[in-house]
Amino acid sequence: MTRSVTTPRSPLLALEKVEKIFGGLRAIGGVSFAVEPRQIFGLIGPNGAGKTTIFNVVTGVYQPDGGRVRFDGEDISGWPPAKVAARGIARTFQNIRLFRSMTVEQNVMVAGFRIHKAGLLSAVLRNQRYMDDEREFRRRAAELLDIFKLKELAAEPADSLPYGSQRRLEIARALMLSPKLLLLDEPAAGMNSQEAAELEKQIRFLRDELGLTVVLVEHNMSVVMAVCENIHVVDHGETIAEGPPALVKEHPKVLAAYLGEESEEQAVAEYEAVSRPFHDKPPEPDHD
Amino acid sequence: MPGHPQLGTKDWLIRVVISSGVVAGIWGLGLGVQAGLIEYVQRIVLLCGINIILAVGLNLINGTTGQFSIGHAGFMAVGAYATAFVGVKLAPGVAAALGAGALADGVVFNVALLVGALLSGVAGLAVGVPSLRLKGDYLAIVTLGFGEIIRLVFNNTKALGSATGYFGDSPAGLPPYTSFFWVWLWVVIVVLIVRNITFSQSGRSLIAIREDEIAAEAMATPTTRLKVTAFTVSAATAGIAGGLFAHMQSGIRPEDFKFEKSIDMIVMIIIGGLGSISGAVIGGIFLAVTLELMRDLQEYRLVLYALLLVIIMIVRPEGLLGTRELSLSFFKRKAGAK
Repeated sequence: MTRSVTTPRSPLLALEKVEKIFGGLRAIGGVSFAVEPRQIFGLIGPNGAGKTTIFNVVTGVYQPDGGRVRFDGEDISGWPPAKVAARGIARTFQNIRLFRSMTVEQNVMVAGFRIHKAGLLSAVLRNQRYMDDEREFRRRAAELLDIFKLKELAAEPADSLPYGSQRRLEIARALMLSPKLLLLDEPAAGMNSQEAAELEKQIRFLRDELGLTVVLVEHNMSVVMAVCENIHVVDHGETIAEGPPALVKEHPKVLAAYLGEESEEQAVAEYEAVSRPFHDKPPEPDHD
Repeated sequence: MPGHPQLGTKDWLIRVVISSGVVAGIWGLGLGVQAGLIEYVQRIVLLCGINIILAVGLNLINGTTGQFSIGHAGFMAVGAYATAFVGVKLAPGVAAALGAGALADGVVFNVALLVGALLSGVAGLAVGVPSLRLKGDYLAIVTLGFGEIIRLVFNNTKALGSATGYFGDSPAGLPPYTSFFWVWLWVVIVVLIVRNITFSQSGRSLIAIREDEIAAEAMATPTTRLKVTAFTVSAATAGIAGGLFAHMQSGIRPEDFKFEKSIDMIVMIIIGGLGSISGAVIGGIFLAVTLELMRDLQEYRLVLYALLLVIIMIVRPEGLLGTRELSLSFFKRKAGAK
């Protein structure tokens, strides 16, 4: 065993020069960052910077074309999504992916599959083990729905919920996995300022009370600046800045990326990216 | 339904009593049907039961899991041939051991049915493992091919009668094991199994796969394993239906399991509402009855059939029940529903 010595603050999630290429498009070009345990970490960047692609590589939806993803001391690069989720990384989706026809409670209970003990035979026989499972899942789902103020809506179909509640339901569902790391993909999208403020509280609650590590992709800068302790900025698939909010906010490259003060080189690079044929674009509609 | 906190001996005793009551009820009904209905109607009653098994089984994969199989007639064929063949070979031995009679017949028939279910389940596994690893409509293409291949295999297997069909060893053909009692007992068993799977953690995960496979995977759901399991169970139930179907007549021919049969099954679950068990039951009965009523129309039957489907698609595209289930509370809720 040549395992490196784990210092008390070894990162929970570490990306090492991760690359992802779609045809001719370099969606991520060697991004590295580390997320410490119990940290709220922000991943920001302009549209199309590769943030969601990074999430998809971490959760196994995409295979990285280079580099490594380490989680909790283990190399998880290229693992299938279900295995990554079972290992302790839960996520939400940018374009809400709830199980629409199922009730709010059932949506949360689905994520309990990993820890369910009653197999198919128990379910068919409706024996004690099945009853225990169901009761335990109901209890845990009720707890989570309570935290996210969805308890009254437990029996409603998920797609009848207002947008903000659907986003909160996605987080509740992710937590049913009892993850160590939670990846939130634009959790504040479509929320009004009051809902966003509530979300900030909930994200802090996840870390302070549940001991979770949170990585956040978000465009709502007031949310990012308020909750994140460390921010990583990407543009065109490359890291342009990293550090605490106050520092990142003033970084010239970040200002350039967001306000459009581009150098000539960047403008040319952008032009090239735009002029590539459409079939080189990522197949998944899930990107930024 | 809220589960009992502790499942005691008493609960199991109640279950045994209820089950015995159901078995006795089916037995009694069977006697009534035999005494009160002409043979033609009795046959339709049996077909209704077989259709229910087919529809409820197919619904588990097509409706609940959202993976489209369009070759279930192939699994029905495997079950039919296996049941008939095993039954014929087993009968003399069992009759010698238990004495010829209803008991020996019952034992032979049910053992043969279980072998049929097992073999079609294995066939389902063989088809499902490679095609369900992929997302999308690959299952439809593979099952379509499987249905045709299996029919051609039976068409060319001399030991099973080739194109003439399999009629067993005796000149009288296959023994008429299929009775009201066995058909409807198996209906109850299959519906109960499928219902209990659907309303469990596995069932929730199957619906989740239908709704959004990527999200299901992100929730640590072993999607391939669950899809293959559902498909295998579905294939096995089609095998049971095939076995019951085989012993309803003197023999089985490969042409009984043509592509049209698979389409019939799909029509049943679409009429009833994809994803609803009670819908599948209604669809199964509906098709058995209407196909009989339209029998005199010969070829025009297909035209009417198509017309019927078009009308249903326009008037009620989600099927009679949608994804809902019939239950007592359903009728109570109906007044206040949207």
